[in-house]
Amino acid sequence: MAPHSNGTSPHWSLKSGVHQQGCPELQVLLGITGKDFTLIAASKAAMRGATILKAADDKTRQLNKNTLMAFSGEAGDTVQFAEYIQANAQLYSMRNETDLSPSALANFVRGELASSLRSRKPYNVNLLLGGVDPITDKPSLYWLDYLASLAPVPYAAHGYAQYYCLSILDKHHQPDITLERGMELLNLCADELKRRLPIDFKGLVVKAVTKDGTVEMPFDNDRIVKSA
Amino acid sequence: MDTLVARYSRPKYQQNEVFSEQEQQDLADAVPSLSLKFIMPPVAHPSAWLRAATDDRSNPSCPIKIAHGTTTLAFRFQHGIIVATDSRATAGNWIASQTVKKVIEINSDLLGTMAGGAADCQYWLAWLGMQCRLHELRHKRRISVAAASKILANLVYQYKGMGLSMGTMCAGVTKEEGPALYYIDSDGTRLAGNLFCVGSGQTFAYGVLDAEYRYDLSTDEALELGSRSILAATHRDAYSGGFINLYHVRESGWEKHGFTDTNPVFWKTKLEKGEFSNVTSDLAE
Repeated sequence: MAPHSNGTSPHWSLKSGVHQQGCPELQVLLGITGKDFTLIAASKAAMRGATILKAADDKTRQLNKNTLMAFSGEAGDTVQFAEYIQANAQLYSMRNETDLSPSALANFVRGELASSLRSRKPYNVNLLLGGVDPITDKPSLYWLDYLASLAPVPYAAHGYAQYYCLSILDKHHQPDITLERGMELLNLCADELKRRLPIDFKGLVVKAVTKDGTVEMPFDNDRIVKSA
Repeated sequence: MDTLVARYSRPKYQQNEVFSEQEQQDLADAVPSLSLKFIMPPVAHPSAWLRAATDDRSNPSCPIKIAHGTTTLAFRFQHGIIVATDSRATAGNWIASQTVKKVIEINSDLLGTMAGGAADCQYWLAWLGMQCRLHELRHKRRISVAAASKILANLVYQYKGMGLSMGTMCAGVTKEEGPALYYIDSDGTRLAGNLFCVGSGQTFAYGVLDAEYRYDLSTDEALELGSRSILAATHRDAYSGGFINLYHVRESGWEKHGFTDTNPVFWKTKLEKGEFSNVTSDLAE
């Protein structure tokens, strides 16, 4: 039971004190853009307190043919918010027989987060939104957080993964890389997280967005990484 | 009678003491520098008082701000050990200095690094240098890195809970041990290892270093990787910056490889290698 879900404490509750949510900082979100694609990766562990409830969780939602969104944050809020955005994106596509561009969607999401932030109960959700513009074929990636910051970036991360992966991407990323090179960079990041993060995040789901749509990429999560 | 009994009931070794108790006290009071005698603040719990006066996380307006943020790294490879640090000292959000020497030359073949409280590190590593010299004089041979690091670890463990703040690495190459690297912190942790990064920028340095680290790195590759890892940390960590201080330790002793301003290195890396593509160098946009 979330501590703020109701003003009064329910008399039937079995909890003692405040329920400890899975630490959102430990959820991994990564995004990389390249010459003609955007890659998005999210950790597969669904954590609550000290427990992994599911080891094959998919923390991404497809908004339309060429836009994908990955999310992390407070349990409950994340999927609720992502599916709300997804439904609105799909509604727009049906009504207008055309898809919103990734930049239009990113700005829409930012607006929703901004009004949520000023409501009685804000969504606690961090996002990466990636896509390829259907008209210009230009790949793009947007970094959003629960405070409604929006930043277009060539590569991005959320949570503790930022501390380990941004320095790797600072060094190895180039704007014109191929999809294969993008996957290599993700492997570099995943290896470092396996080496240094104190918890097992159960590997990554990796999805690639190109002008032809979104595909899940095969990703070897079983490779053993040896520490120095 | 009691005084007579007291006189002869002292243990034998105390009976031929040259100095009286008062004289001994006077001698101890006039001790040279780097001793273990400190004047304590005149309060009931000095450690609690120190914590209250210096903990800027719980009390941002605390009267004493201790320099904290840092990136330091050291790693072992086939030709010795690379030690690299940044040079920024911060006290809260204030950059107190950009030219700090965070590599402490304990003696001609032992290096220590400095993270955490600057004064604690400087003082205790200087003290460690003294202990290492005394070991040399007493035993007529150089101290091992294992022994030197353990002297420091035992010392900080004695002061555990009293507010010491240090995260340090001891690096040296000896005939018996080969390249040896130890991590010691003020909790009393002492670890031998191939590779350590310490400080607020440690994760950024680990990111770059882990990705390309091998034990069979050449000397030039190792020096480049060490300085690139510090550059990564100075770029992403607000509490790290200034200059890159680079050292290479070999059996013949350590060698300094410059104290290099990060700013030109950053722009050279970005413009010549195309790295840091999230930073724009255009005026437009």
